[in-house]
Amino acid sequence: MAVAYKRPHAYCDVPTHYCPGCTHGIVHRILSEVIDEMGIEGDTIGICPVGCSVMAYDYFNCDMIEAPHGRAPAVATGVKRAKPDSYVFTYQGDGDLAAIGTCETVHAATRGENIVVIFINNTTYGMTGGQMAPTTLPGQVTQTTPFGRDTSVQGFPVKVCEMLSTLSGTALAQRVAVDSVPHINEAKKAIRKAFENQKEKRGFSIVEVLSTCPTNWGLSPVEALDRLRNEMIPYYPLGVYKDVNVREEGKEDA
Amino acid sequence: MSERSLMKGNEALAEAAMRAGCKCFFGYPITPQTEISAYLAKKMSANGGLFLQAESEIAAINMVLGAASTGTRCMTSSSSPGISLKSEGISYIAASDLPCVIINVQRGGPGLGGIQPSQADYWQATKGLGHGDFHILVYAPASVQEMVDMAVNAFDKADQYRMPAMILADGLLGQMMEPVTFPEIKPMEYDKSWAASGHKNKREHNIINSLFLTPEVLENSVIERFERYRKIEETETDAEIYLCNDADIVVCAFGATARVAKSAVNLARGKGIKAGLFRPKTLWPFPVNELKDAVKTAKKILSVEMNMGQMIDDIKLATECKIPVSFFGRTGGVIPKPMEILDKIVDLGGDI
Repeated sequence: MAVAYKRPHAYCDVPTHYCPGCTHGIVHRILSEVIDEMGIEGDTIGICPVGCSVMAYDYFNCDMIEAPHGRAPAVATGVKRAKPDSYVFTYQGDGDLAAIGTCETVHAATRGENIVVIFINNTTYGMTGGQMAPTTLPGQVTQTTPFGRDTSVQGFPVKVCEMLSTLSGTALAQRVAVDSVPHINEAKKAIRKAFENQKEKRGFSIVEVLSTCPTNWGLSPVEALDRLRNEMIPYYPLGVYKDVNVREEGKEDA
Repeated sequence: MSERSLMKGNEALAEAAMRAGCKCFFGYPITPQTEISAYLAKKMSANGGLFLQAESEIAAINMVLGAASTGTRCMTSSSSPGISLKSEGISYIAASDLPCVIINVQRGGPGLGGIQPSQADYWQATKGLGHGDFHILVYAPASVQEMVDMAVNAFDKADQYRMPAMILADGLLGQMMEPVTFPEIKPMEYDKSWAASGHKNKREHNIINSLFLTPEVLENSVIERFERYRKIEETETDAEIYLCNDADIVVCAFGATARVAKSAVNLARGKGIKAGLFRPKTLWPFPVNELKDAVKTAKKILSVEMNMGQMIDDIKLATECKIPVSFFGRTGGVIPKPMEILDKIVDLGGDI
């Protein structure tokens, strides 16, 4: 009988701690599929800093490192510089990457570190119970913006792909979503492209994945996917913000 | 090979680290240790290693965390305010049982302080270099030669015990020039089967981690680490004991201050005062038994430090408060003079 669905080898066969309806599982799976398809599990080192994905070291079969909050791109730099032939990825949430770890993120990108950054944007701090994230939308109610994010008080959301696309060291900055099968397929292609960039030493690749957090949004999993589509995508448009491969074809200057 | 060179402390230490097999250096500029970075920036790549200037002290220590996770010998270097910034990363490195070497060429504090020599990070290095229950090895060189020897040793001990080791130097040692001889490096093999360097499809995946959400599991990991610390306290202490056999007054001093204190001890002996010097070379573990031996005949102890008396408690604990401990110190970047210390010794000696 033909096998229609198989767990990727890179994805450990263990229960995860993620909430029902959370899209981490989808992203873990497509990331694992890319690692399997490229046959690089034995050479891959993953880094998961503080946040909902902090325990992802138990979910990926490659070697894993748990990093301090926000510091994954610096840890990844140390790993990649010590072992240049390995594949290194970080898996970071929005608070981690765009608040406490902004400095490490921007500088890893501008150095053109040959690493892959998977950036989960769900507009909230999930692990600590739903506080305002740097990506929280204007008006969004969170534990620390109980009256909605007021941009005159709490400022504006950080658009990470747009920001990093301005840096010469960035090879790929692409925003994807995991709310539908076509979007999931697109997300997987982006992750694959990011790892191919690392293989070809093209520089820093970030794939921003618009994700859901039904628990802290107070929505059912289905409603959460609707919110992602109806509220997040209009504010964070999907697409390729920078692709060095396109530049190589003469369409864009550094 | 035993060539003798005249070198600045910072540069000699950098050269020693390279010879000891340090393959990655991550640092951020700060006075008075920047020569270490400058030296390694010039030399590292030619020696098959990597020099990388980080965007911050925080990034530098986390790059060390990454490189150390792969089983690669690595180092970072800073001075007092920069070490404070690194303390989060140092706690994670200690909790993840990773070996690395950290240099602190101390300057005056607190705050931005000054850029002149100081020993005011004694407490930080030996008692509280980050959150949680942990220690790191702390070596206190007193000469450019010891900057070299202790750096080489620090890499070995870090690997042996899978923990960070610090060279707690000061601006005086970093900046002064002295002749040095580089020791022959004996290549040692250490078990690095724990490293996260890619499993090559030949073993289970390795995990470098400091998170343990089950209290008993976390407790056990800390207890295991403290059993290692107990062994280190028994075997890894080191001290210089000078003219203490018949000493009435034992002067305790570490690092560059001990050089000045030694001059004062000699001057005191010239005046007929039976003074001796005890110099801990390891600050953690503190050389308790060596100090007990050194003060066998002593009626008084004088701690001399470039701070406000941070070593006094360790001296009192080691000697079980049986001998009164006085203190003379200069701080803020002021280096004590031999005559000042001599005056204090004479004062103490007057009523013996």
